[in-house]
Amino acid sequence: MTTFEATRLVAAREVRTKLRDKAFLYSTAFFLVIVIASVALPALLSGGPAKVAVTGDSTVAAALSQFEVVEVADAAAAEQLVRDGEVEAAVLPGPEVVALEEAPSDVVAALSVAPPVRVLEPGDLDPFLKFLVPTILAMLFFFTSYTYGLQIAQSVIEEKQTRIVEILVSSVPVRALLAGKVFAMTALAFGQIALLAIVGWVGMRVTDADTGLVNALGPAIGWFLPFFVLGFLMLATLWAGVGALASRQEEITSTSTPVQMAVLIPFFAVLFLQDNAEAQRILSYVPFSSPIAMPIRLFNGDAAGWEPVVSLLILALTAALLLVAGARVYQNSLMRTRQRTSFAAAWKNS
Amino acid sequence: MTTVLNVDAVNRSFGDRQVLKDVSFAVEAGRLTGFVGANGAGKTTTMRIILGVLAAQSGSTTWRGAPITQEVRQRFGYMPEERGLYPKMSVADQVVYLGRLHGLSAADAKARTSALLDRLELGPRAGDLVEKLSLGNQQRVQIAAALVHDPELLVLDEPFSGLDPLAADTVVAVLRERAAAGAAVLFSSHQLDLVERLCDDLVIIAEGTIRAAGSRTYLRQQYALPRYSIEVDADAGWLRDEPGVTLVELDGPRAVLDLAPDTDDQRILRAALDRGPVRAFGPVRPSLAEIFREVIQ
Repeated sequence: MTTFEATRLVAAREVRTKLRDKAFLYSTAFFLVIVIASVALPALLSGGPAKVAVTGDSTVAAALSQFEVVEVADAAAAEQLVRDGEVEAAVLPGPEVVALEEAPSDVVAALSVAPPVRVLEPGDLDPFLKFLVPTILAMLFFFTSYTYGLQIAQSVIEEKQTRIVEILVSSVPVRALLAGKVFAMTALAFGQIALLAIVGWVGMRVTDADTGLVNALGPAIGWFLPFFVLGFLMLATLWAGVGALASRQEEITSTSTPVQMAVLIPFFAVLFLQDNAEAQRILSYVPFSSPIAMPIRLFNGDAAGWEPVVSLLILALTAALLLVAGARVYQNSLMRTRQRTSFAAAWKNS
Repeated sequence: MTTVLNVDAVNRSFGDRQVLKDVSFAVEAGRLTGFVGANGAGKTTTMRIILGVLAAQSGSTTWRGAPITQEVRQRFGYMPEERGLYPKMSVADQVVYLGRLHGLSAADAKARTSALLDRLELGPRAGDLVEKLSLGNQQRVQIAAALVHDPELLVLDEPFSGLDPLAADTVVAVLRERAAAGAAVLFSSHQLDLVERLCDDLVIIAEGTIRAAGSRTYLRQQYALPRYSIEVDADAGWLRDEPGVTLVELDGPRAVLDLAPDTDDQRILRAALDRGPVRAFGPVRPSLAEIFREVIQ
């Protein structure tokens, strides 16, 4: 059997175990519900064009083309429809707008003449989205790399703590064990994100969401995916390494502190320094924060075309180096099942 | 008899402590080899080195004359001293998975798992999670995990510890079947009576050195004391005054005696016959426990 086949078998077991894990299934379902709700609810709540009652004035009816116009005989009938909640508003001769509780600004705007507006530096997105999208991207990377990373470490410790690792090591190469675990978790994390992204995307298409938003999201998400995969792989091997340092589940918090910091600090740095362009530029090149910072700069239109390429190369290089380092720590501490292994001992393998 | 596994001058230390010193022995196909030694004598370390879980610092282990590579090791079965299984995996899934890691196809792994679980009387528990089983049954699963791929070499570290007598009998029977089918079986144990009953060959280790190795009969002859037992009709007390005789035990007509070098056992027999009928006379074969005690001195 080749190392590749062994890796495939190990990865298949990890995936199967995860797919049977209720916590994993529930969390996926939970995220799906949130995505579907956030896409579908606004469309459901708006419920199509509002109805407006009009008393036989054709010029008014023409100005209200964006609404569903209900022609009524007189003012009294129109008022009655408003009171019954059948229509959002009524337009009486004058013209006079009648509504139930508050002035219907959209109907008023349709009947008014607006002065011409000239914006000097047009932002194509509304400020709420400019805040929301980067936050979601950052959270997505942070939560997946943190929770899946922790699970990689826990699954390494499970094998050490139950001692099955001795049988595993005697039958397949250690690198196959490590690679199988890391690939399985990367595939699951990526699959979960991709599922959410596809559902969100289809949802936005179906509900005819703002095309400006869809267009701006395209390149950001397109770049987010390779950054996500490389950033996740870089951290995954480190998680496996710190998992192997521990001998019991209880030790995971202390052995994994450096990796936790490598996930937490960049996340908060990117979020808190949102308004500092210089800081964002630097963060978008630092390997631990670039998976978050670079897609955000691209979304905001702040990065030149070559920038993500360079940043991705730096990330790939770092990931390769840390892969080697993580594998070394993993390999050297895997069989030390009696007590916690220090990083120095695992590195030297005395 | 074919020697398949050779351990040759293996050394290993942990820090300043040398755990194995020039350990050499051979294991033959089709036979059960018992690996005996006190706690900390180096049994587990030796087994781990054979399985490639630990590296030797010098010396070599070979399988049919060739170095033991990962590929060769695929045909080995191992039951470590510290038992381990995935607690949240079902019995059958677990054994199938370990079979596949040893190179079985999915169909073969399934077929052999179900046959083996039936043989070990675990058939009805095949779908249960391992953590739901009693310790004794977990132990049987562990044995199934070591056997599923029909290994050519079985290395079992204390396979009988934690087994109730019935389960131990089943395991003994299964190991005998495997040996009869041509597999080499190396197992360690500190239950000397069980080893004595079960194994064809013996390797005795103490403080990291091999003190004795060979077939059970060879070792018994090798370490036979010049000790005899005799049973006569009358009191055997006269033996006390016989030259060249040291009485070990005297119980009326029965006695156990050691002979000094160059003392003719037939002369003692004749002397006994001169005094009356002799019901039994013969050399006393040492038990494994006695050999063990002697060689580890």
